[in-house]
Amino acid sequence: MSGIAVSTTINGDEVEFLCQAEETLLDVLRDRLELTGAKEGCGTGDCGACSVIVDGRLVCSCLVLGAEAEGRRIETIEGMATGDTLHPLQAKFLEHAALQCGICTPGFLMAAKDLLSRIRDPTEEEIRFGLAGNLCRCTGYDKIVRAVQDAASVMRRA
Amino acid sequence: MDYVRPSSLKEAIGLLKGARGNAFVLAGGSDLLVRMKGGFVEPDLVVDIKAIKGLNEIALSASGTSVGAAVPCAALGETAALKQAWPGVVEAASLIGSRQIQGRCTIAGNLCNASPAADSVPALVAAGARAVIAGSEGTRTVAVEDIPTGPGRTSLAKGEIIEAIVLGNPLPRSADAYLRFIPRTEMDIAVVGVGVNLTLDSEGRVSSARVALGAVAPTVLLVHEAAKAIIGTKLDAGALEALASVCSAACRPIDDKRGTIEFRKKVAGVLAQRAARTAYERARAR
Repeated sequence: MSGIAVSTTINGDEVEFLCQAEETLLDVLRDRLELTGAKEGCGTGDCGACSVIVDGRLVCSCLVLGAEAEGRRIETIEGMATGDTLHPLQAKFLEHAALQCGICTPGFLMAAKDLLSRIRDPTEEEIRFGLAGNLCRCTGYDKIVRAVQDAASVMRRA
Repeated sequence: MDYVRPSSLKEAIGLLKGARGNAFVLAGGSDLLVRMKGGFVEPDLVVDIKAIKGLNEIALSASGTSVGAAVPCAALGETAALKQAWPGVVEAASLIGSRQIQGRCTIAGNLCNASPAADSVPALVAAGARAVIAGSEGTRTVAVEDIPTGPGRTSLAKGEIIEAIVLGNPLPRSADAYLRFIPRTEMDIAVVGVGVNLTLDSEGRVSSARVALGAVAPTVLLVHEAAKAIIGTKLDAGALEALASVCSAACRPIDDKRGTIEFRKKVAGVLAQRAARTAYERARAR
């Protein structure tokens, strides 16, 4: 097929793909690369379910064109665990039951990872502001906040 | 649709100028991609300006700060010197959207999107920021308030690109501040936004000021009468009352579900007072 040839790095692996100009990075991840962890909620940058990290910055992959990935370093939820060992955030989300339907969870985990990379010991307010770009219609957020606090504490001791 | 990522401004200008159909500049994409998704625009050409040298940089020099058109708003808050010099501009830019949006959105894009409710624009206008515009005839520099001409419309000609927003050095004993009202605590569009930048004399009286109101007219308003109301004062109760009253009177807002005309007028006055007090305290502490 014809399209734009893109070379990028995803979770440390060099990846090449072809995409159309209109395709978003989210479409490319899910439909071409079978990385279906990032979810499409709103498609307009409001819900955060598609959150990924591009060159160290948390972004909504629905608001990035696939072609823009050229030469970038992309981190997705698929790269969060190390082999069979869950990241502390993933482990604590399970432990605190910080998810119900799970659609928002990959986005929350990426946003929480970004938050804890900037603030090692966030207050509840900082967590709520840091995760304001992620919507969850199941949990009411309290369990998510507690899971992030607990993970932060584990990560500080590591 | 064609997507191109030129490496020079000259190439980008040539592409935009020669484009047949709808051509758009892509910086952060947090407005453009949403409009594409909603079917409000159907670009034939998208010119990604992020690979153009210099456009990703915040350049600090003796004459001030230049924020490249592709610099994400998150980077403004990470630049200590800019935060120190223009706290109001940085707090306004940091209020746009979520952390995810902050990683992409730009102040040049916020300006060119020409929403009356753009958060960074009143702060930039109050700060006296200027836009550096590159075109096929060369470069011109205009006051930020001269870019938006109405909701979604700008004074930029076909083939012109804002390459940077420049801020001078703040005068001694001066400071800025920005406040907005939204119904939630974050992730919302301003119902009213107010930017204030003022300078004090050696006795603590306001010697010059710029007051800009957002979301209360088709474009951001630079309210000269508001500056006059506080110049020569130490922001005593009478001066603050006069400030609120001229700001409320300057508003020409719309009525919508997020705020009535009456509410927006009242809030514009209240926020102007609070932003002026914050700017005053900051200036006094310098």
